[in-house]
Amino acid sequence: MENVITATNLTKQFGHFTAVDQISFEVERGEIFGFLGANGAGKTTAMRMLCGLSKPTSGIGTVAGFDIHTQTEKVKKNIGYMSQKFSLYDDLKVWENIELFGGIYGMNDQDIKIKTDKLMYELNFEKERNMLVASLPLGFKQKLAFSVAIFHQPQVVFLDEPTGGVDPVTRRMFWEMIYKAAENGITVFVTTHYMDEAEYCNRVSIMVDGRIEALDSPKNLKANYSAKNMDEVFQKLARKSQRIE
Amino acid sequence: MVKCIDLHKSYGQTIALQGVSFEVNAGEIFGIIGPDGAGKTTLFRILTTLILANQGSATVNGFDVVKEYREIRKCVGYMPGRFSLYQDLTVEENLEFFATVFNTTVEENYELIKDIYQQIEPFKKRRAGKLSGGMKQKLALSCALIHKPTVLFLDEPTTGVDPVSRKEFWGMLKKLKAQGITILVSTPYMDEASLCDRIALIQKGKFLSIDTPQNIVNQYKNQLWAVRSMNMSKLLNDLRSNKSFENCFAFGDSHHVSIENKKLEIKTLEEYLLKCGHTDIEITEIQPTIEDCFMEISKDTTL
Repeated sequence: MENVITATNLTKQFGHFTAVDQISFEVERGEIFGFLGANGAGKTTAMRMLCGLSKPTSGIGTVAGFDIHTQTEKVKKNIGYMSQKFSLYDDLKVWENIELFGGIYGMNDQDIKIKTDKLMYELNFEKERNMLVASLPLGFKQKLAFSVAIFHQPQVVFLDEPTGGVDPVTRRMFWEMIYKAAENGITVFVTTHYMDEAEYCNRVSIMVDGRIEALDSPKNLKANYSAKNMDEVFQKLARKSQRIE
Repeated sequence: MVKCIDLHKSYGQTIALQGVSFEVNAGEIFGIIGPDGAGKTTLFRILTTLILANQGSATVNGFDVVKEYREIRKCVGYMPGRFSLYQDLTVEENLEFFATVFNTTVEENYELIKDIYQQIEPFKKRRAGKLSGGMKQKLALSCALIHKPTVLFLDEPTTGVDPVSRKEFWGMLKKLKAQGITILVSTPYMDEASLCDRIALIQKGKFLSIDTPQNIVNQYKNQLWAVRSMNMSKLLNDLRSNKSFENCFAFGDSHHVSIENKKLEIKTLEEYLLKCGHTDIEITEIQPTIEDCFMEISKDTTL
């Protein structure tokens, strides 16, 4: 299997503080990779390095075949990103958001138009096409944000706590979209605080104090830590934290 | 301690609350559980006298939210969903500020916040804006408690907080309850429901159900099966494409199938799945979680 993300001893220091401490891992094409850890464990810093937004202090990494030290612009072009905090412009219409992001990622107008039509049909969004994003229900926004994040067919999509706050049914429908994207060959790198969602990942890593403390399939992690679910695994590992915030 | 009768609130065309009535008893942890946009924050803002309802009435600690709002403001603590302390004041300064506003001192009520505040005391000279998420949460809770309120309103205190810190936070709430404080807490995390004495499930501005978590679970009227096989993704599709089993959702490491027809047996599903080519099939009858109940009840309600 081909690796889409590789990290070898990736480290980030801010002054004397080591936010990310020599993490190493690979993610395969089409894999759903869960990136877990307590608040302050270093997840966001690690993710920013992989997205080409922050230079590692040491260590090497590639994303979509590009070096995260020297080819950050190419990295950015080949990934998608979505977080619950920010994804779409509220004061633009649905189609305007799609056009904006498609354009930023260098798609031509013709492609954007054809794909927009297709997407609106698939999402059953034809009625909402001309609505401001601000007026959409949260669940719709989320589906749209994810679709926009993968609109330019990136090799990898980074999802930073994508499902916070939505109702249980919408949260599950969202995961079905993630599955579909993965089946279409898009690699999914996702953080979440919902431990049941960790179960939906092919493999999960758990960060504690800047290091990757465990990395395996949910099934193996549960067996190794004699835990009945991922929440127990997480509680066992994250409680080891020595870091004073 | 808190009583609401038929509260309604709209913002222009948007209906936030459509007829909410409930009572909270003294010393109770009352959870309001539902997704974003369900009306949780609006309800809290009405009860803490920050906005007016369009219709209906409410009292907190016996005081009317409209006529006696001044009395209510003295006796409630409120921790809004968004961090709203002064970012450019230090930890210590924030706490002193809130104590002074409420005409008291940090020393006078220190006992109440001691357990929580001690955890952030090493950083008391740090500006609030520079704190981590977990520490901000502890400071906000300390500030909401410094005047020894009788009722505490916590609007999504654990949203975006990792599972370990969430557990700790609920531990703190238990201790506050033991000191006689009535707590209203909202959360989108259904697994926190079982930590409340009573809960209200809210969606689209309406309460779907108000009861103890156990009673809500007991009222679940369907059979519920947890189903597993080697290929979970295909399993979901196969279940969905059969009329008898279509009410099915992924729940962590298994799929939960809700069966309305009580006569249906596990054997029938097993045979169907074998025919679909599944291996390592495991089907067990299980007790529903609050999340199962929420999904079932919200499906029934025409909103």
